[in-house]
Amino acid sequence: MSVKLGVPSKGRLMDKTFDWFAARGIMLSRTGSEREYAGRVDGIDGIELVLLSAGEIPRELDAGRITLGVTGTDLIREKLPVWEQRVEPLEEMGFGFADLILAVPAAWVDVDTLDDLDAAAAAFRARHGHRLRIATKYHRLVREFLRGAGVADYQLVDSQGATEGTVKNLTAEAIADITSTGETLRANHLKILSDGLMLKSQATLFRSRRVDLSDADRATLQVLRDRL
Amino acid sequence: MPTQSAILAHAATLKAGFEALGAVSVETPVLQPAEALLDLYGEDIRARAYVTSDPLRGEQMLRPDFTLPVVQAHMAEGAEPARYTYAGEVFRRQEDDPDRASEYVQVGYEVFDRNAPAEREAEVFAALAAPLKDLPVRAVTGDIGLLMAAVSGLETTEARKAALMRHIWRPRRFRTLLDRFAGRTAMPTSRAALLGSGDPMADAGPHIGLRGPDEIEARIATLRADAEAPVIPGGVVDLIDALLTVRETMPYALARLRDIAVDLPSITDAVDGFAARLDAFSAVGIDPEDLAFEASYGRTSLEYYDGFVFGFMAERHPHWALLGSGGRYDALTAALGNGQAIPAVGGVLRPGLVCQLREAGQ
Repeated sequence: MSVKLGVPSKGRLMDKTFDWFAARGIMLSRTGSEREYAGRVDGIDGIELVLLSAGEIPRELDAGRITLGVTGTDLIREKLPVWEQRVEPLEEMGFGFADLILAVPAAWVDVDTLDDLDAAAAAFRARHGHRLRIATKYHRLVREFLRGAGVADYQLVDSQGATEGTVKNLTAEAIADITSTGETLRANHLKILSDGLMLKSQATLFRSRRVDLSDADRATLQVLRDRL
Repeated sequence: MPTQSAILAHAATLKAGFEALGAVSVETPVLQPAEALLDLYGEDIRARAYVTSDPLRGEQMLRPDFTLPVVQAHMAEGAEPARYTYAGEVFRRQEDDPDRASEYVQVGYEVFDRNAPAEREAEVFAALAAPLKDLPVRAVTGDIGLLMAAVSGLETTEARKAALMRHIWRPRRFRTLLDRFAGRTAMPTSRAALLGSGDPMADAGPHIGLRGPDEIEARIATLRADAEAPVIPGGVVDLIDALLTVRETMPYALARLRDIAVDLPSITDAVDGFAARLDAFSAVGIDPEDLAFEASYGRTSLEYYDGFVFGFMAERHPHWALLGSGGRYDALTAALGNGQAIPAVGGVLRPGLVCQLREAGQ
């Protein structure tokens, strides 16, 4: 057996992850053709590279099919209830920064806080006969955040992409999504509520608490931890 | 742990007991249309109920309780007055506590009657307390109607009263609003800037989405009116705080509430109702001296109740869920009745926990 390390299988997140490990003397690389999701690890023994969609890494960690995984804190918190009991964050990796935020149309000059949003939602429901729609893919995080803040009369509508466009397309009145610079929000005439920051996320190396480790695996993990 | 068949047998015994009191047995589907539950409870219900769907009926929920379908059935075809009982499983999604059951049996007793509210409350409480009487169980009572009376009696704008009333079951938001209306917290700077601006819409930029400029202007007008309305006097807020912190046995609580009502006369009718409840309890052989009263009880967990509320907890197992709970839900029947309403009070027992407590006691 070897320790399986799950890494995002494409894009900047994969490149940055490879760079981060390289800086610690661990060389990760893809093997075979561009389309084949196979990889190799040099510079440390006993670790096997598994390339996965970033969104699946929380589930694979939780199932114990991988021991280590690189993914965003946002995805871990959204997908794993009582996440602290399921995974252990080993290292924050200093890239992939993203804030989960709540945004409304910039033209809503009367709405700047959650308090305003709640009041606007009550009036909206009375006027339109349905609850104010918030488009997001982070259902659990948003619901918990709004429950904690005591916001009512909203509904979550699922949006797996291009969420910033939902308001203009009349499928939502507000959005909850991750943003790094806010460019896309501004381009879509949206603004972030002043108390609408739900979570600050970055790429993080997690260890599954659900894997039974052999002595050899334990030794491998210790060698890895010493390098971090 | 009790077996499922032992739990079902106990449920049948409890239900037969309720039928002997005159209740009609009702069955409700396990699958409930999600829309009605979402309209009633909002998005939070998704955290507590299992949602499923098919392409024909759309979103359905595994029933998280019986109250809603029983009320719907009664409003559609019920005679008055009516008593109902039911037994069956309910389903609760758990996101935080793996030790809480996600599927368990409830047995309920519900009364719909326009007359003698205090007597009906005592009847329901007594019906649910009787099967627990030789067990180490503590009962707690509350009364959401007292706080609602205090809010509707406030000398302030209707908009403020509506905002407070909407958040009766969200104590934190209620507190924030009350402090703001009382001038105890400063207005958010963004709102002060908005109200100070001669033409707030000037830099609004392009309008997108369903919420139109007229709605934004309407809310600005509401905010302006609110800024000009006099604050709710601090003394009144103190009285509401005093009301919310009453924790006594029922007779002492009554004395305390009478004191508060001297300065907060808007709650007098609700306090009279409370006094009538004490008499009604005594009349059915339940000593109010033995019953705890907490004025804020039921504000976070029992959302559709709007008057008398109660719960039974296992004395030696404070972390268990309630063995039983219930209360008055007049507003729920109005919300579901298409313009009709009927006063209603009811409650449920959890035979699984009752059996478990009996085993623990042996």
